[in-house]
Amino acid sequence: MIKSYKLRRTLANTVIYVILAILGIIWISPLVYLVIQSFSADPGAVPQTLIPETYGFDNYIRLFTETESLNFPRWYLNTFVVAIFSCVISTISVLMVAYAFSRLRFKSRKKFINVGMILGMFPGFMTMIAIYYLLKAMGLTQTLVALVICYSAGAGLGFQISKGFFDTIPRALDEAATIDGATKNQVFWKIILPMSKPIVVYTVLTAFIGPWTDFILAKIIMGDKVDNYTVAIGLQRMIDVDHANQWFKRFLSGSVLVAVPVTLLFLKMQNYYVEGVTAGGVKG
Amino acid sequence: MRYIDYMQLNPFQKFGYNFSKFFKKLPSNLARFFKMLGRAIVAFFVGIGKGFANYGKRFVKGDIFVKLSYLIFGVSNLVRGQIIKGLLFLLSEAAYICFMMFFGVTYISKFGTLGNVETTEKLSADGFNYVKVYGDNSMLILLYGVLVIVVTILIFAIYIANTKSAYKVYEDKRDGHKIYTFREEMKQFFDEKFHITLMSVPCILIGCFTILPLIFMVLIAFTSYDNAHQPPGNLFTWVGLTNFRDLVSITEGATKAKTFINLAEWTIIWAIFATFSNYIAGMIVALMINKKGIKLKSLWRTLFVVVIAVPQFVSLLLMSQMLQENGAINQFLSLITGQNIGYKFLDTALSARITVIIVNIWIGIPYTILITSGILMNIPADLYESATIDGAGPVKSFMKITLPYMLFVTTPYLITSFIGNINNFNVIYLLTNGGPSTEEYYEAGHTDILVTWLFKLTMGQTHDYNLAAAIGILVFIVCASLSLITFNLTKSAKDEEAFS
Repeated sequence: MIKSYKLRRTLANTVIYVILAILGIIWISPLVYLVIQSFSADPGAVPQTLIPETYGFDNYIRLFTETESLNFPRWYLNTFVVAIFSCVISTISVLMVAYAFSRLRFKSRKKFINVGMILGMFPGFMTMIAIYYLLKAMGLTQTLVALVICYSAGAGLGFQISKGFFDTIPRALDEAATIDGATKNQVFWKIILPMSKPIVVYTVLTAFIGPWTDFILAKIIMGDKVDNYTVAIGLQRMIDVDHANQWFKRFLSGSVLVAVPVTLLFLKMQNYYVEGVTAGGVKG
Repeated sequence: MRYIDYMQLNPFQKFGYNFSKFFKKLPSNLARFFKMLGRAIVAFFVGIGKGFANYGKRFVKGDIFVKLSYLIFGVSNLVRGQIIKGLLFLLSEAAYICFMMFFGVTYISKFGTLGNVETTEKLSADGFNYVKVYGDNSMLILLYGVLVIVVTILIFAIYIANTKSAYKVYEDKRDGHKIYTFREEMKQFFDEKFHITLMSVPCILIGCFTILPLIFMVLIAFTSYDNAHQPPGNLFTWVGLTNFRDLVSITEGATKAKTFINLAEWTIIWAIFATFSNYIAGMIVALMINKKGIKLKSLWRTLFVVVIAVPQFVSLLLMSQMLQENGAINQFLSLITGQNIGYKFLDTALSARITVIIVNIWIGIPYTILITSGILMNIPADLYESATIDGAGPVKSFMKITLPYMLFVTTPYLITSFIGNINNFNVIYLLTNGGPSTEEYYEAGHTDILVTWLFKLTMGQTHDYNLAAAIGILVFIVCASLSLITFNLTKSAKDEEAFS
């Protein structure tokens, strides 16, 4: 009896291994295709076979040397600069708002939280047209400053996850510090922040990844100013009707260059992500 | 049921009890929510009434300087030694008056009509060419009008703060309390009033770049700002609910309404399919990964998670290329069948729609795996054991145990991802760009969902901002009511924890 049970379990597990292996291959193969084709040295810009016959760094080299019409290195630098600035601003504002909502008790705190929630329900790009005209009135459209503003201005609304984290730090710590004569400012800097390293890392990483993956906002703001493009709209440009026949393989290598760092950062942040969604989501 | 009875139930019955209670309580929870809403609205108006009463009381009770402060900001503070504070109040009033005189009045006076001076052409000085003489720009009038209104509300808040401060300093002086210097009051902003310091900058940013644009766009839904009324050059004006009527009135040849109805239908079908296919398939994969005796768990998980780690635009643009007639997928199919296959996945409506849903499964399953893994581990193992002893197979225990349990715990997550799919711009836009396009629809294709249509209406060939804004409002109403239900459910679920 035991033997047959064991047998059945091994059989079941084998079936599961096979299914998982097949699914895994299906899931990962487009990305494998992306990587190996980006190293293809076959003639022509569009791959004719599934697996390239010759390999080399041609696509990468051309991506960085032939920059007259589409300037990928420039886009990369743009995105990096925008990401750094918006990361700093949004991290600060998210942490400030989250701390205020979590640790400080003031009049109409609940109301602020609810308003923040409702504002978050509007489809994001409904406001974009208006933002576009606002920036135009300020003379900022088609600049990187405009992008930084757009990415970091609304960041304060994403306070929920950090608030959920701050809520878990015992209040007794604050009280003890207050009794010892610390002001709330000092409590924030000297007690809460040093204890919140995971959530700070999480916030920094999300804010940094944002500009690398955003597509719509950058497209609306930059319009046809190709020099100020970020990688997302730049790469889309490479495979539009006019460019796809010439640029497809370089699109692949550009994608690899964007995807590798972002993927590594994301995998690093993955654990925080799960914690944040499950814990912060419920606490609201 | 009393607590003692509840404790005697076996896990199955406990679960069934909680499950049925959750749905039985649904109507009363909803009713409670609306009652709460009503109470909040009443409280709001009572609050305003009280505010005005206090405003009047302060005026009557205060001395001559307090009364003067009601007209000239900061007088009471200045007289009683709070120089800097008083000057700041005075300065804000002066700044507001200047702002209104040189800027505000011109725009706010035209706000009711959104401008009436037409753009005309005039013979230029040399007598040969016509030059355009621009009239009013309705768009700027609307935008700056909103700005003026917001600034006015702000100055009103400062005004109220001013009267409060004027009365307080009068009271403190009269009763012999200590009057704070400016430096001392500043210090408070790092202690008792630290929340103001923390919140002010983010609030200003959110106000400028979220709330102001939002008001602007909501107002546009009630104007005639479409492709025939583009400033500068053409005026647009208030039209009331016409845009909403255009979206829903089905008459012969009304392409806008037809497009809206069809796209709304597809949006809902899409959201349902996308949400549930990902949810169930993702859960099955997560179960397989987490099954006892399966090795290399983290390897399997990483294999899937890598897909969402790659920026979505990369994976979606790649997919859109792979689905082309000579793309990788057709190459692969040719390779295994030995024939030359060139299937056009995205060329007919049905095939494009199915393709979009399948690709979305590729993108979406890893999210479900990430989120459900932890919860799946929490399902009591004895449930499965007793089911196995009773002779249930894996399919049966999935349908009878896993699915109900997960539905119970993750309903909020399901609703959130349903809303996310209604607004799922990336998948549709980057994969098919809404195509295949059709003449039957107004500026939309067969796979367009409402939000991509909204995007096309504003950024595409035509600039029908009014229509886009109206669609945005309708989408918001749907999403917001769903979110509120979720919020309420989560709360009621939390209340129940106290019981079990």
